[in-house]
Amino acid sequence: MNADSVDDARFLPQPGAFRDVPRMALAPVPLFLLQPILQRIVAGVVRCHPELFIRLGEGVGKRFLIDATNLPFVMLLRLDPDRPLLRAYRRGQLPAHDGRIAGSLLTLLDLVDGNTDSDALFFTRKLVVEGDTGAVVALRNAMDDTEGRLADDVVSGFGPLTWPAAQVLAVLREIRRRCQ
Amino acid sequence: MHRPELVCPAGTPAGLHAAVDAGADAVYCGFQGPTNARNFPGLNFSPREMEQAVTYAHDRGTKVLAAINSFPPAGQMAAWKRAVDDAVRFGMDAVIVADIGVAAYTARMHPDQRLHLSVQAGASSPEAINFYCREFGVRRVVLPRILTVAEIKGIHAQIPCEIEAFIFGNIGMMAEGRCSLSAYATGQSTNMDGVCSPASHVHYLQDEGGNLKSLLGEFTIDCFTCDESAGYPTICKGRYDTEIRTGYYAFEEPVSLNLTPLLPELMRAGVTALKIEGRQRSRAYVAAVVAAFRKAVDACMENRVPDMAGLIALTEGHRETQGAFGGRKWR
Amino acid sequence: MALGTSKRLTLGPVLFNWPVETWRDFYYRVADEAPVDRVYIGEVVCSKRAPLFRTCLPDVVDRLRNAGKEIVFSTLAEVVSGTDRKCLESVACAGDILIEANDMSALWHLDGNPFIAGPYLNVYNEDTLEFLAGKGAVHVTLPPELPRSAIAALIEKAGELKLTLEVQVHGRMPLALSARCYHARAHGLNRDSCRYVCDRDPDGMLLRTLDGKPFLVINGVQTLSYTCLNLVQEMNALADVGVDAFRISPQSSGTVEAARIFHCCLKGEMTADEALIRLGETEFDAPFANGFHHGAEGHHWRSVATVV
Repeated sequence: MNADSVDDARFLPQPGAFRDVPRMALAPVPLFLLQPILQRIVAGVVRCHPELFIRLGEGVGKRFLIDATNLPFVMLLRLDPDRPLLRAYRRGQLPAHDGRIAGSLLTLLDLVDGNTDSDALFFTRKLVVEGDTGAVVALRNAMDDTEGRLADDVVSGFGPLTWPAAQVLAVLREIRRRCQ
Repeated sequence: MHRPELVCPAGTPAGLHAAVDAGADAVYCGFQGPTNARNFPGLNFSPREMEQAVTYAHDRGTKVLAAINSFPPAGQMAAWKRAVDDAVRFGMDAVIVADIGVAAYTARMHPDQRLHLSVQAGASSPEAINFYCREFGVRRVVLPRILTVAEIKGIHAQIPCEIEAFIFGNIGMMAEGRCSLSAYATGQSTNMDGVCSPASHVHYLQDEGGNLKSLLGEFTIDCFTCDESAGYPTICKGRYDTEIRTGYYAFEEPVSLNLTPLLPELMRAGVTALKIEGRQRSRAYVAAVVAAFRKAVDACMENRVPDMAGLIALTEGHRETQGAFGGRKWR
Repeated sequence: MALGTSKRLTLGPVLFNWPVETWRDFYYRVADEAPVDRVYIGEVVCSKRAPLFRTCLPDVVDRLRNAGKEIVFSTLAEVVSGTDRKCLESVACAGDILIEANDMSALWHLDGNPFIAGPYLNVYNEDTLEFLAGKGAVHVTLPPELPRSAIAALIEKAGELKLTLEVQVHGRMPLALSARCYHARAHGLNRDSCRYVCDRDPDGMLLRTLDGKPFLVINGVQTLSYTCLNLVQEMNALADVGVDAFRISPQSSGTVEAARIFHCCLKGEMTADEALIRLGETEFDAPFANGFHHGAEGHHWRSVATVV
């Protein structure tokens, strides 16, 4: 699919007050500081949930553009047991990808946690799916079968950073709870 | 009133755990591949997962029903027969079949196995149902979603087996098991490949104004303005033009079936198993819907009015219908 | 190359709601001019239509029989309401006539008597074929979506069971049935109050996608392809491997011409290439499709290198 697809952040409903906070707070952060953390996250997924790849099937190796629309950057995810990848890109320089999943940061966290029904999110236009729908559906179903442990399992593999990472996750979940 | 069995969907082991924990009396699920009618990527059970799922459910007093409800094309029967053999070996409580060949095989090789007739068999008259009962010893029929409650009552009086009816979820407009619309657009057959509107052939295109176009294969199925609820591109829920009407839902609007208000009536009509659709939906959906219907069925049994207000948020298009069940005008 | 005159050309039942005179004249013309061996007749789609042509049915049957056509009575494909059930019973229990069963309800009535399994019966595999043979099936018309590979596998089994197979080779493809009438819906009516509006579209009501692409046609409770199935390139190969009969499904125009062309091909008097050109010139104007046969999208068309 076209790498420079539209940035439709403007059209996504966001929980009001929280909407622009991540974008503003993270805007000055240089991406090179983020990359090792992101790589660590995806390595954690591969380590904790090898069964994910069986369920992922045709989605293995596909490049998903994860677009949390209220972040200043997008992420490229490739779930490949040998060469996993999670990397941030500036919005002006979108990388080539097979499928795109877009929604607010909290919506995407909901998806990872399996807290909300993703079909319902899609029907209400809170979630946008483009490109290789088959791969995106496989990713959704594979994630759903981890029973919401994905985020916690990843965070717990952060070594000395486990505690602060867990705090970030807890804060996000608390904001989500209040937004609902 | 007979206490009905609440039959719930599970697309993954996690979904099965959710359904069992939320109070399902029975869970239905399928093996990976084309042997069941929800063959979506990342969905369904490996034989090993199925065996573990049966143990999990049985330990908690829940039945597990094997959906082996697609139609094997000639030359490929082996996979379906293996699925039946596995289901029997794992002690699954019933095998749900649609194809005559698969039914005949199950009845012949496993005469003691409880056999249910899938909605995909499209048995919609007492004669058809009686035929399946006589020939294969079918113990329960899952009725097509095209009957009125009055018709269900009439059928109940004329057949020797139990009746299972859909009460909630996606509603297919076409006679089940006899629809090649999706195959016409995608080359993947609902009957043979077990998938309607395969995700691999689904595309969404969003323009700069936030308008969303959904396509199945080469065909535009619907367009949604930015403030409109979207739908999955199934042909029978698309918008089309004819010479006399434009941009209308020629078959049905993207609505979900919700028969909550009819539950007591259905139970009185002789429906002994209430089925929730949605093996392709997420664990969160299964947990919410099953819990709500557990409460509703229990309320009905105690002659209380069930409260189901929260369910509408989970339905496609956020709209619901009683479909054919509500009366003949739907047709 | 198949030169076997034993192969049969058949005419499927008229699926659309034509005015009774049109319906009668169509069959008179078939009797006089169409080189088909067998004619399937009867209401398959909607039980409400069945009484419409009942008055002239005996004359039509006589005329066809006198012309040497074998007659088979097709039953309803979807049996739900009391009217449906009576309609089915009147055909299935008539006795002494050969029936094409299009729903399992018919098998209950037939009770072991010889019958033909119609294209709506979901015969996909060898085990189903074997079961139906045991119930009296002598001939089976396969569903249009069945690919060549499955047909080949079925032929072998059919030989063992001594039953014959039929494949539709021309006409719009039946794709779906519903309890709801989509003609009535388009006109703001419902099935009970339908005013028989399906009679306005002799080849079905065209549905276009929102961007204007012709997609499907609606015929009351039935949905068919917009494209016209055309297996003229594949027919002789099917005959060679053992398919016994080839079905033309009636449209309001060009059907007798199509029957002539297919007949010439079957007899080896015309090449598939020439037949394709001639079929393209008939009055019935819809693009060809043969995708299902090749395991692809049903609306696809591919040219097949002619084997002579």
